Amino acid sequence: MAWLNQIAHTAWTTLFDVLPIAVILVGFQVLVLRQRPRNLRRIATGFGYAILGLALFLVGLEQALFPLGKIMAAQLTADALEAASGLAAADAVDWRRFGWVYAFAAAVGFATTVAEPALIAVSLKAEEVSGQALKARGLRVAVAIGVAFGVALGTFRIVTGTPLPIYIMAGYLVVIVQTWLAPRAIVPLAYDSGGVTTSTVTVPLVTALGLGLASAIPGRSPLIDGFGLIAFASLFPMITVMGYAQIGAWRGRREARRRFDDPGDLKEE
Amino acid sequence: MLSDLASFGRLVLATLRDLAPIILVVAFFQFVVLQQPIPQFERILGGLFLVMLGLALFVRGLEMGLFPLGEAMAGAFAEKGSLFWLLGFAFALGFGTTVAEPALIAVAGEAARAAAEAGHLADGAAALEGYADGLRYTVALSVGAALVLGTLRILKGWPIQYFIIGGYLLVVVMTPLAPKEIVGVAYDSGGVTTSTVTVPLVTALGVGLATVIRGRNPLVDGFGLIAFASLTPIIFVLAYGMVV
Repeated sequence: MAWLNQIAHTAWTTLFDVLPIAVILVGFQVLVLRQRPRNLRRIATGFGYAILGLALFLVGLEQALFPLGKIMAAQLTADALEAASGLAAADAVDWRRFGWVYAFAAAVGFATTVAEPALIAVSLKAEEVSGQALKARGLRVAVAIGVAFGVALGTFRIVTGTPLPIYIMAGYLVVIVQTWLAPRAIVPLAYDSGGVTTSTVTVPLVTALGLGLASAIPGRSPLIDGFGLIAFASLFPMITVMGYAQIGAWRGRREARRRFDDPGDLKEE
Repeated sequence: MLSDLASFGRLVLATLRDLAPIILVVAFFQFVVLQQPIPQFERILGGLFLVMLGLALFVRGLEMGLFPLGEAMAGAFAEKGSLFWLLGFAFALGFGTTVAEPALIAVAGEAARAAAEAGHLADGAAALEGYADGLRYTVALSVGAALVLGTLRILKGWPIQYFIIGGYLLVVVMTPLAPKEIVGVAYDSGGVTTSTVTVPLVTALGVGLATVIRGRNPLVDGFGLIAFASLTPIIFVLAYGMVV
């Protein structure tokens, strides 16, 4: 019964969050476009499904996964700190003692990104638009690897206390170089995937990890060091998605060259 | 009806594949690394079931409602042929969905506390609230402006990289000039502005526009709106930190 209550409550808040969107859509539809979209009933049902689905999803996360994830993050940082206890000075924190923390950050980053609803939406659209040339699942895994690497590097930065802008700027340099080299069609999608990764699932868990880590380690300020993990999580997917397309293009070229060098192979087909 | 139910059942099962990594990660860290039993096992199982059901419903809702609506509106605006109203719609969508975004309200509050702690703000709740509200409207304006610019780009077919790389260069130049406490918040604010309902709508709108306009490729020109919406908040928040 408590669950039903919470589902109803979350559905209500989600509905309230969606209200501005609905007002804008209906307002423009009625006042400016002055036409009813075809299948209005179907579209409205779909909207209802999406909102209800999101509400169920959020309740499930809050009931089950968020508390567990936060407890695990706290235990892992505590374990690592225990090993480093007795040291008060900031520079005495040995980053090598936090191996499981980085592994956990990467694993959480990967796993939550694969289940991120906004990313599912964009990758479905990309698969449809590219005529199945891009696979939705491949794209999501590429993004998830980027988030995993980004979040792990982000926790390393918090442990070592090195300045955030250096990492971000270096990452952007890689993005700029890749933009020149990657297939042109992937670039807008890669840029988009940075913003998409960080919504419902990833942000709360990753932020909790960052703030917990920054407040547990002596010499780190949650305000200055705790933030910034989201920035890592949105930067690295751009690199991995462009990389994914580059690898695909490279394999295509190699395949073409092999066939060219070996005409016997061509005849067989 | 029965076949509908069966296909929905398959969809629910398919989401299990999306959730498998989460289950594996939790199980591995709990049993192998921390070596502890999972607390409240039934509750977690129930929660997982809700997550599966919710994800399947959301995907069905995307295909039935959010995607077709975004595309239909793109088609209707193209048919109407009024640049003013199309850009007006883009701005309203960006501003309206961002200004009430709970994640943004939270980040704006954090930023106000950070600024106060650093001594940039007068003490008192009124000053804090004013700072947070100002920041929130700044970000909402920036997302509205981002969607206007991104829509114009789709119409004109301008290459996206000049905008995005130019924008990030601006971020790089502004970072050392902005107060230190605002930098982390600014970088994070780019990620919080694009909510789960907005993303599919905006994506469908962009791809729909690029599909109906002759000479535009949906893959090359249709994507990129989200990228604009995640970049401009960083610039605007850094600027806000420098000015206020």
